[in-house]
Amino acid sequence: MSVTTPPVPVRTTRRLPRWAPIPVLVASLLLAAGIQFLGDGPTIAGVFFIGAILFGIIMTVTSRVVEGERYAKDRLATTLVTFAFLLALIPLVSLLWIVIRDGVKRFSWEFLTTDMTGIYGQMVEGGAFHAIIGTVYVTGIASIIAIPLGIFTAIYLVEYGRGPLSRGITVLVDVMTGIPSIVAGLFAFTLFLVIVGPAYKSALIGGIALAVLMTPVVVRSVEEMLRLVPNELREASYALGVPKWLTIVKVVLRTAIAGITTGVMIAIARVIGETAPLLLTVGIATAVNWDAFDGRIATLPVFVYRQYAQGGASADRAWAAALTLIIIVMLLNLVARLVSRYFSPKGAR
Amino acid sequence: MKLASSRRLAGITAISALALTLAACGGGDGDDTSTDGDTGGDNGGASADLSGSIAGSGASSQENAVGGWIAGFTEANPDVTVTYDPTGSGTGREQFLNGTVLFAGSDAAMDEEELASGVERCFGGEVIELPLYISPIAVIYNLPSVDAEHINMDAATIAGVFAGEITNWNDPAIADANPDVELPDLPIVPVNRSDESGTTENFTEYLTAAAGDVWTHGPVETWPISGTQSGAQTSGMIDVVSGAEGTIGYADASRAGDLGTVAVGVGEEFVPFSPEAAAKIIDVSPATADATDLRLTIDLARDTTEAGTYPIVLVSYSIACSVYDNEADAANVAGYLNYVASPEGQDRAAQPDVAGSAPISDDLRERVIAALDQITVAG
Amino acid sequence: MAVTDSPPSEPEAPPKVRAGRAPGRLGNRVFQGISTASGIFILVILAAVAIFLLVRAWPAVTAAPSAFEDVGFMLGRDLWSWVWPLLFGTAISSVIALVVAVPLSIGIGLFISHYAPRRLAQGLGYLIDLLAAIPSVIFGLWGIQWLQPLVSPLFTWLSTNPATAWLEENVGPTIFSGYQAPARNILTAGLVLAIMVLPIITATVREVFLQTPRLHEEASLALGATRWEMIRQAVLPFGRSGVISATMLGLGRALGETMAVLMVLSPGYLINFFLLQPGQHQSIAANIASHFPEASGIGVDALIASGLILFVMTFGVNLVARWIIARRAEFSGAN
Repeated sequence: MSVTTPPVPVRTTRRLPRWAPIPVLVASLLLAAGIQFLGDGPTIAGVFFIGAILFGIIMTVTSRVVEGERYAKDRLATTLVTFAFLLALIPLVSLLWIVIRDGVKRFSWEFLTTDMTGIYGQMVEGGAFHAIIGTVYVTGIASIIAIPLGIFTAIYLVEYGRGPLSRGITVLVDVMTGIPSIVAGLFAFTLFLVIVGPAYKSALIGGIALAVLMTPVVVRSVEEMLRLVPNELREASYALGVPKWLTIVKVVLRTAIAGITTGVMIAIARVIGETAPLLLTVGIATAVNWDAFDGRIATLPVFVYRQYAQGGASADRAWAAALTLIIIVMLLNLVARLVSRYFSPKGAR
Repeated sequence: MKLASSRRLAGITAISALALTLAACGGGDGDDTSTDGDTGGDNGGASADLSGSIAGSGASSQENAVGGWIAGFTEANPDVTVTYDPTGSGTGREQFLNGTVLFAGSDAAMDEEELASGVERCFGGEVIELPLYISPIAVIYNLPSVDAEHINMDAATIAGVFAGEITNWNDPAIADANPDVELPDLPIVPVNRSDESGTTENFTEYLTAAAGDVWTHGPVETWPISGTQSGAQTSGMIDVVSGAEGTIGYADASRAGDLGTVAVGVGEEFVPFSPEAAAKIIDVSPATADATDLRLTIDLARDTTEAGTYPIVLVSYSIACSVYDNEADAANVAGYLNYVASPEGQDRAAQPDVAGSAPISDDLRERVIAALDQITVAG
Repeated sequence: MAVTDSPPSEPEAPPKVRAGRAPGRLGNRVFQGISTASGIFILVILAAVAIFLLVRAWPAVTAAPSAFEDVGFMLGRDLWSWVWPLLFGTAISSVIALVVAVPLSIGIGLFISHYAPRRLAQGLGYLIDLLAAIPSVIFGLWGIQWLQPLVSPLFTWLSTNPATAWLEENVGPTIFSGYQAPARNILTAGLVLAIMVLPIITATVREVFLQTPRLHEEASLALGATRWEMIRQAVLPFGRSGVISATMLGLGRALGETMAVLMVLSPGYLINFFLLQPGQHQSIAANIASHFPEASGIGVDALIASGLILFVMTFGVNLVARWIIARRAEFSGAN
């Protein structure tokens, strides 16, 4: 479209050639390296940081002289916006790089399939199997609660909800999205403290905490997907004499199923890395706890934190577990995108 | 797979060894648990008839040592499952008293109130408190330019540094004690733990006892001074100290790694930390006023002037009951703690790659075993 | 068990139309009941969060100040003089995060919506979304390992440059005074938070910018505006309320972030603006995570009370954000 390549305005002033930024960028980087040589010697971060500032200045000044003030401003804006984007990529890239670099040291099939039984001190063996199982349990419990609850609430909001109750729920679901994870942890902790007593620890508590965080995310994404289903489909179904509930199940949900799956997977990816609520509620264990309703259980994020806290040889396990966690999260995200790309009904777009 | 099969093999070996011991022991089973105690001192509690599971929780300071002990104990007694949750001392005592766990680890001895409720928890018996984990706390610093093995500091200097009164590494107070060391002109950055910790409590106890006129904040679990660098958990501490030059902190000695450690002034000399020097303080310290044969609580003489003693140690107690309501629990707890107290158990924890703790002396071991012999079954 | 009835036929019999009766009435009623109950249950959960926290926080709120003397981590303060610095620390770290993240997010949003080639734009959007998916404990590890050493020279320069030195001498300490390595101060924590809220703000801002009416943009360009002038005339005015509400959403997230702050900050309980000094500030959430495992008795209640305050705070912020969004939806006629 024409937005990305704006129409060339009537030319009253001279313009810089299209390739002008490239030599300026190279020159700025070289100059930045030169400046750094005068100081303590160049670092990659320093060259890019100073080079970026120089590029902005040189480009704007040149443009001001050749093209005039309006174009200079435009170029400055382009530079700033582009650098904002590149700047945001730095943490992402460096984080992935560090996690992969430090994670692969201990990451192996054995790491994924052994637990920490009999591992102590500076032993380098051991793995995160128990934590993976724990994460599956806790996230599973959260999903069992949050997914049906979220989907039905979304159905209520889209298909049935009228009046103040529906508006109230919409607002409060949105507000619930912002509940701090540690508050959800405190809630689950006090809930079981009051109902069951102080000695009780289990994956269930963590699952409840995560469900509180997960439900609003599911509601929001499912709601959006249901609203995308064209009304014509519903009306066609009613016209055939199909009752409303069957229309919802067979027409609306079926049309939106790809989007719902995507939303649910992203919701899972969002809560699977939650650390703080699990730190408060389920603690840590060294062996696999197959009982979701009794006993402390290890989870991947808490495992990462505890292993980091122990330091020494355990720090490598922390990084390997962090890598495991990132791989799981990325896979969930990737699969979610693929589902939404390949299984969406064509009419929904 | 390979690991699993080799483990199974080890299990089989252990079981056959067990069968031999069984035969040797003959009819030594029954409610007389003291047999466990007698053998425990010698062969690491490898009693024949132990099975079941015991759970403990408490001090995270003991975590690595307990890991080693559990591994050693289950090698000899493969039918017993021992678990230990490093929940923290306070939670450990709480869980012990409300019956959630059979034994606890705690950096502090129980107070009167807790002991009173312990009688009910122990089925009319008493709480047993044994100082089985003695760990030197190193005062660590990060001065890459100093290549001396240790920097000497007396108690008043350490207290001055952490109270923020001595602020430069070339301060005369430090320089005078280190005539052979070229000290840099660099600000001192004291680092403390940001969370509640037994390490902080023991360290400030030392500062209070040995230099109370400089360190006026008393013994505390949470650092009392604002505006300091700090880190959560031991790793946080190590990270901060490693993260910048001129820092000084305190941490479990086994975690000092490449960082420099302070030789602490005791009497006329300066003592660097070592397991022997740390163990020595237990022997020169008197028992607390309310100590009994079952509760071997110690009033650490942190202001000692005894030569060759390292005064900054963390003593963590193992807490159990003198009476349990069933035979298996009594035998298992006694068997496990006997292993912990045995030379084998203590040496295991003392290895630098386990917990680097200081092994208890033979004299203390005798008293510990005598206390463990009194563990019985209710009724 | 159910291998045989796996074909997609519904377990229920297909609805039959009968004279005088609407089809599937029972099904309708049950289904509507379940859906409505789910919606109401969400309200119940939200109420339960508030009630349970309040129940456990109440003993601390009503306790005499002397009750907290034995609670080690409160350093002999009473509840309110203990919570105030935490509230302040929470607020200042979040404000720093927003000051850094909001301009960046607007830049990124514009880049994706109006600068990047259309084909690339969606992929770049995913890339930023990936940041949102990274667990906060990993951000903490990254902050210690990578960010702290990186920003240390910058902070040293901020703290020792001639301008700061001159101000210190003639006016008094500035917000940049007294940097002490390693960089475990509130500014570092704020930077980590900024990166964590960036994707949340960007996602909303980007959507709003993309909704700018095409006619407005083309009208502006047709009048000879440069791209930047078009953005200032058409895109930014249209997106203003969207940016505000996105900021509030980011604020809600930053207020409650726990692990990253816990791991990169040397905490303290003071109220001041020394951004580069360690041990001055602490956030409520990190404080809870730090002390909860070892807390007992009234200490637990005090921590839960601080959690309740955090809950109320984020609740309010999010409510305001939604209100702004709702108002905008009414005005703009979009959607």
